[in-house]
Amino acid sequence: MSLRADVGVRLGELELRAEVQVRAGEVVAVLGPNGAGKTTLLRALAGLLALDEGRIEIGDVVVDDPDADVFVEPEHRSVGVVFQDYLLFSNLTALENVAFGLRARGRPRAEARAEAASWLDRMGLGPLARRRPRELSGGQAQRVALARALTTEPGLLLLDEPLAALDAGTRVEVRRDLRRWLARPGAATVVITHDPVDAYALADRVVVLEEGRVTQQGPLTEVTAHPRSRYVAELVGTNLVAGTVVGGVLRADGGADLVVPGDTPDGPAFAAVRPSAIALHRRRPEGSARNVWDMTVLDIDRHGERVRVRLRGPVDLVAELTPAGLEALDLHHDEQVWASLKASEVAVVPADRP
Amino acid sequence: MVFFALPFLGLLWRVPWGDAWGLLTQRSSLDALRLSLVCSLSATAISVVLGVPLAWILGRVGFPGRGIVRALCVLSMVLPPVVGGVALFAAFGRRGMVGGPLYDWFDVRFAFTTKGVIMAETFVSMPFLVLTVEAALRGLDRRPEEAARTLGASRWYAFRRVTVPAIRPALVAGAVLAWARALGEFGATITFAGNLPGRTQTMPLAVYLALESDTGQALVLSLVLITVSFGVLVGLRDRWLGGDPGTLR
Repeated sequence: MSLRADVGVRLGELELRAEVQVRAGEVVAVLGPNGAGKTTLLRALAGLLALDEGRIEIGDVVVDDPDADVFVEPEHRSVGVVFQDYLLFSNLTALENVAFGLRARGRPRAEARAEAASWLDRMGLGPLARRRPRELSGGQAQRVALARALTTEPGLLLLDEPLAALDAGTRVEVRRDLRRWLARPGAATVVITHDPVDAYALADRVVVLEEGRVTQQGPLTEVTAHPRSRYVAELVGTNLVAGTVVGGVLRADGGADLVVPGDTPDGPAFAAVRPSAIALHRRRPEGSARNVWDMTVLDIDRHGERVRVRLRGPVDLVAELTPAGLEALDLHHDEQVWASLKASEVAVVPADRP
Repeated sequence: MVFFALPFLGLLWRVPWGDAWGLLTQRSSLDALRLSLVCSLSATAISVVLGVPLAWILGRVGFPGRGIVRALCVLSMVLPPVVGGVALFAAFGRRGMVGGPLYDWFDVRFAFTTKGVIMAETFVSMPFLVLTVEAALRGLDRRPEEAARTLGASRWYAFRRVTVPAIRPALVAGAVLAWARALGEFGATITFAGNLPGRTQTMPLAVYLALESDTGQALVLSLVLITVSFGVLVGLRDRWLGGDPGTLR
C-alpha cells in the first residue's frame, strides 16, 4: 500500500504541516532535529492523534480527513508501529506480545500463537519465546517489537527512532538486520530518525522535517549534496561514501580508495566522514594522514562561523573550515586543493546495499 | 503505639475464652457472620463492576464539572454513615423518590431487606475502590494502551488486556479496602435496613445489640472483626501502605 499524507496538527508550540508520500515497497526516513514534529507526524499517521487539517490516505482508504469528518480509529488502520522504547507488554511473554495483534483481531489463541512462533523463528528469536520483556536485551526487545508490528502485515509500517535506545555495538548489528525486514513488497515504511547514518542505512529516500515543515526531500546523497538549510548542512552534511571494504580499504563505488580503520570487517559498507575531519592544503601534505586526494573546489558556502567547501575529486566530499582557515588558504572557486583525512576519522557502517 | 494497642489488649483480656467457641457458633452469631460475608462480598462485587468504569471516567475522560462529580462520588466516604443511611432512605425507602415507584410498579423493596444492606454497604464502600483505581489510572503510562490500539485492539480489548493487568495491584487493594469498609459498615445499614436478625443484622449490628444483653458474644464477634481487619491491613501492607522494603519476603 502507498501512503499519501498531508498532515496538519497544532500541538502546543508545535505547528506541524507536512506532506509525505511513500510508494508501495518504499522505505522513507523522516529526518529532523528534536522538536521538529517527527513523533507527532508518526502519531497522526498511526491514528493516535487526529488531524486538525489535511488528509491521510493509506492504500486507497482515507483514514483521516477533518474536512469530510472522516477519522478511522488506529485499530482499523492497516498500520504497524515500532515505538522508540518498544512498549512491549510487560505482563506478557515475547510470544504473547507477538500474538497480541492477531488475538486482538479475533484469531483463535492456538492459531495466533503458532503464527507468532513462526515469526519469532524467522527472526531468530525462537528460543526466547517464553521470556518476559524485562528478560530481553535491547536488541532482542527491538526485534520482538518489530515482529509484533509485522504479524498483522500492515500496509504501512512506522518506526520511531528504531535504533536510538540501543548501545553502539548492538546498533550496528540491528541496523544491518533491520533493512532486510523493512523493504516489504507492497507495503510502505516510514522510519523516524535524527541520525543521518540510520536514514542512509535503512531508507531509500529522506524527508527532512524542521520546525513542523518539510524543508527538503529526495535520496539522501542528493539532499546532503545540496543542503538547503543550516540543519541539513550541519547535521546531514556528513560525507557518505558507499563501497566495498577489502583489507582495511574501502573501494568507493566511484573507484577511489579510502583507507579505513584496520579492524573494519570486509564486505559492502559505507563510510561516514564528518566535514570538519577533512583538512585542506595548498601543497601535497606530508604527515600521518593515510588518505590524500587532489581535489577541485566546486563552491564555497558560508554558514555563520563555519565555511563549507564542496570538493570534486576521486570522491566528492564536503570539507568544513573556520573563516580564518579559509582566509589563510585563500581558496576560490575552481581552484585545485589537496584534501587529507586520517583513517581513524572514518566511521564505517556495514550495509547490505547493492 | 500504646494508645493504639491498649484497646485491643483490653478486649482480648475481657473475652470469655472458655465460652468463645459456643458464643461464636450460636445461631444469632452464625446468622450475623453469614449475612456479613454475603453482603460485604456482594457490595464489593458491585463496587468493582460499577466503580472501575466510574474511576475510568473520572480519571480519563475530561468533562466540565468533573471535580464536582468526583466530590459527589466520594461524598459518602466522609459523611457520617447515619446521614448516608437517611439519604438512602429518602431515595429508596418505601415512600422514597425512587423507592416508591419501584415498590408500586415492580414490588421491589430495598429498605429493611438484605438488598438494602448490600445497597448501604456499597454506598459507603465503593468510594474507596473508586479513589484507589482512579489514582492508579492517572499515574499509568498510557502508551502501552496506544501500542495495543495500533495492533488492532479496540479500546475495550486494550483496557482488558493491557490496562487492567497494569492496575491490578491497585484494583486488588481498592477492592479489599472496600470490602473491609463494607464488613464494618454500621450506621448506614442500621438506618436504612434496620436490625432484623437473619435478614439485615450484620456483625457490627449484632455486636451493638449483644452489648446490651450478652457482653461475651459482643466481645467474641468484635474479636472476629478485628482479626479480619488486621489481616487485611497486614496483607495490603506492601501495596497500599508502602510497606517496608526491608521486610519484603
